[in-house]
Amino acid sequence: MTLADGKIRPVYEKIAHWLATTPPSLLAARRTQAELLFRRIGITFAVYGDKDASERLIPFDIIPRLLGRGEWARLETGLVQRVKALNMFLADIYGPQEILKAGRVPADLIHGNPQFRPEMVGCKVPHNLFVHIAGIDLVRIGEDDFYVLEDNVRTPSGVSYMLENREVMMRLVPDLFDEHRVAPVENYPDMLLSSLRSVAPVNVGREPVIAVLTPGRFNSAYYEHSFLADKLGVELCEGRDLLVEDDIVYMRTTEGAKRVDVLYRRIDDDFLDPDAFRADSMIGVPGLMRAYLAGNVTLANAVGTGVADDKAIYTYMPEIIDFYLGETAILKNVPTWRCREPDAYAYVREHLHELVVKEVNGSGGYGMLVGPHASHAERETFAIKLAQNPENFIAQPTLALSTCPTFFESGVAPRHVDLRPFVLSGSNGVRVVPGGLTRVALKENSLVVNSSQGGGTKDTWIIEETAAALGTRGQMQSQSQS
Amino acid sequence: MLSRTADNLFWLARYVERADFLARVIDATQRLSALPTTYVSTGTEWESALESSGAAEGFRAKYETIEAARVVDYLTFSADNPSSIRNCLEFARANARSVRTALTHETWEAINGAWIELKRFEGTNLAKGHYDREELSIFLDFVKKTSLDYDGTAYRTMLRNDAYWFSRLGLYIERADNTARILDVKYHVLLPEDEEVGGSLDYFQWAGILRAVSALTAYHWVYRETIKPWRIADLLILKKEMPRSLISCYDNICHFLDQISSAYGHNGAAQRQAHLVMERLSKATTKEIFQMGLHEFITAFVEDNSLLGQTISEQYLFN
Repeated sequence: MTLADGKIRPVYEKIAHWLATTPPSLLAARRTQAELLFRRIGITFAVYGDKDASERLIPFDIIPRLLGRGEWARLETGLVQRVKALNMFLADIYGPQEILKAGRVPADLIHGNPQFRPEMVGCKVPHNLFVHIAGIDLVRIGEDDFYVLEDNVRTPSGVSYMLENREVMMRLVPDLFDEHRVAPVENYPDMLLSSLRSVAPVNVGREPVIAVLTPGRFNSAYYEHSFLADKLGVELCEGRDLLVEDDIVYMRTTEGAKRVDVLYRRIDDDFLDPDAFRADSMIGVPGLMRAYLAGNVTLANAVGTGVADDKAIYTYMPEIIDFYLGETAILKNVPTWRCREPDAYAYVREHLHELVVKEVNGSGGYGMLVGPHASHAERETFAIKLAQNPENFIAQPTLALSTCPTFFESGVAPRHVDLRPFVLSGSNGVRVVPGGLTRVALKENSLVVNSSQGGGTKDTWIIEETAAALGTRGQMQSQSQS
Repeated sequence: MLSRTADNLFWLARYVERADFLARVIDATQRLSALPTTYVSTGTEWESALESSGAAEGFRAKYETIEAARVVDYLTFSADNPSSIRNCLEFARANARSVRTALTHETWEAINGAWIELKRFEGTNLAKGHYDREELSIFLDFVKKTSLDYDGTAYRTMLRNDAYWFSRLGLYIERADNTARILDVKYHVLLPEDEEVGGSLDYFQWAGILRAVSALTAYHWVYRETIKPWRIADLLILKKEMPRSLISCYDNICHFLDQISSAYGHNGAAQRQAHLVMERLSKATTKEIFQMGLHEFITAFVEDNSLLGQTISEQYLFN
């Protein structure tokens, strides 16, 4: 909320005033209300291996995170650029592989990658689009420096929280919405639906039938799956609801078998089809890959996109953007040491106490070492893992993440935040709703914001900058009076 | 709609209806067992509660003797009884959660809210297997209110499409089954062989049944005379005005099956079977029913009803 010199960021002026004038008891009451709302609506998140808390609420903070229109515009351009490049990269990797031939990305990084799907080589996906829904994690470091922390291009989750957080905030603090002009996010489901429609197999020749494919109600993001299906107005299918005959996908309905054209699937590649991938998958659909490769159904995201959200590939994103678009990356990458490179490995080995080391295929905050916060013993154990398989790790400096005021029993205190905007790609273009999911680390000094690690969320507001907002409102008034 | 969705909605409704019925049976039994022995002395009230809720067999496998506290526990919170009220509400919520997309916010909140409330009861003596009358009445009221909430929100907020029709089918098939069983049990368990039909014992037992299905007042409005077994049979089997009667259930079942067939553009075995049962009920008289034997009549009905459930499954639910 504050700048380096301790002054309040201009966009936060009204929030600062609100915080200063609202008694803590009222804030606490609002938070309790918010919790009740979340619990009642059933917005829960399951944590694997946590039996008692199989349905847990993600802690929600009622103090919104604010970004100005101007800042957002730059982020948006950067996000669109990045996702365009990611799509071109994937089309290339599963096509002519020019970037490998040009030596701009090491070929073994692709071919040795567990997320690389040889089945997809030469496969023509509709409109050459692979990543229909991307969640790009950003952090603010300096005053106006946004860095990309990672690209989530498999089945990124959290968009339901972006939407529900807004709904809850509108019920809890309507006055704040009056004072700020907050860009709406509620049209996200409409945008998603039109994106999905736009990528239906070209020969459908009728209104495409779209469905969401979920692993089922025991999945940690099941709430989101059902929420999205609901908002999209499409069926929420489990594997057992689908069947494939003659390479065509059908859902079992009360009126018999009904053909499906586009599946927004929230099942990982590995579990998608027991005939093609893991034979022990109980949640997949036998024959789905055959139908997919035959071009009879569109999967969003495409199979094999995981190769692009690999943390090792991440380090090449500036190269990738330059190679396909001939542009400089607008959003910066966090400086990263690739432990596969001997010099980098040596450096990382020596500086474990000041680095964050991550597994290239890890997610959800698992399998990482936060050097400065780890004990000597933890670092030693990690060093052994690292030595056994250096190419499996990357390392980054611990960043001075920006913080946001966050409400606690003891008062309001700054906590680290990140931001995950959701980027949609269809044959109708690449689009982002103004906002995203702000995740907040609830422990003091903690940099880990993942919900599986106890992080919370906040509503994210993209607002007109104060002066500009006043200007627009003044103008509107004079227009209505004339 | 997805067959699984229809299946879940169908069973969601059945479980809520069943929980409600169990609550009513327990309530009525409690009243009956509290009467002085000169009025009812059979001591079989709790046994009959078990019989009419279909839980007798499971109970006997677990316990040797029938005691009020055990029966209450078995029917309310027992984890061992697949049809205990707690399990019914658990299953209802699991079904609802699987089909969130097919429910309105209000209906989901009715079910989810009840489930959260249920968790709050878990700390009570009642939930720990100790029979506490006061806690029990609070709990039974909560269960009855849950079914009202579910029913009311579904009625007031759901689109009149197949999601609504399948859930209504579940409700009426379950309700028909419950009404039939409570009638049957009265005939078998409640009345000792040497007791005269129409005696005072009989009177309170039948009154208990009417109360269980919220029909005591209705009885007086319809017949304006004291309680007679054949009148009760008439009310609960053949009176369309009585919302829990078999014929009223089938009137609804036929109506909703017809809605589905007209929306989907074709009839099937389920429609034919339902109309057949409806026709039989429309033509029946109490005199014939008693000549044939109430038990025989009810047994045949319960079989037909469960067959219809299967047919609906086969026709629409891909089972």
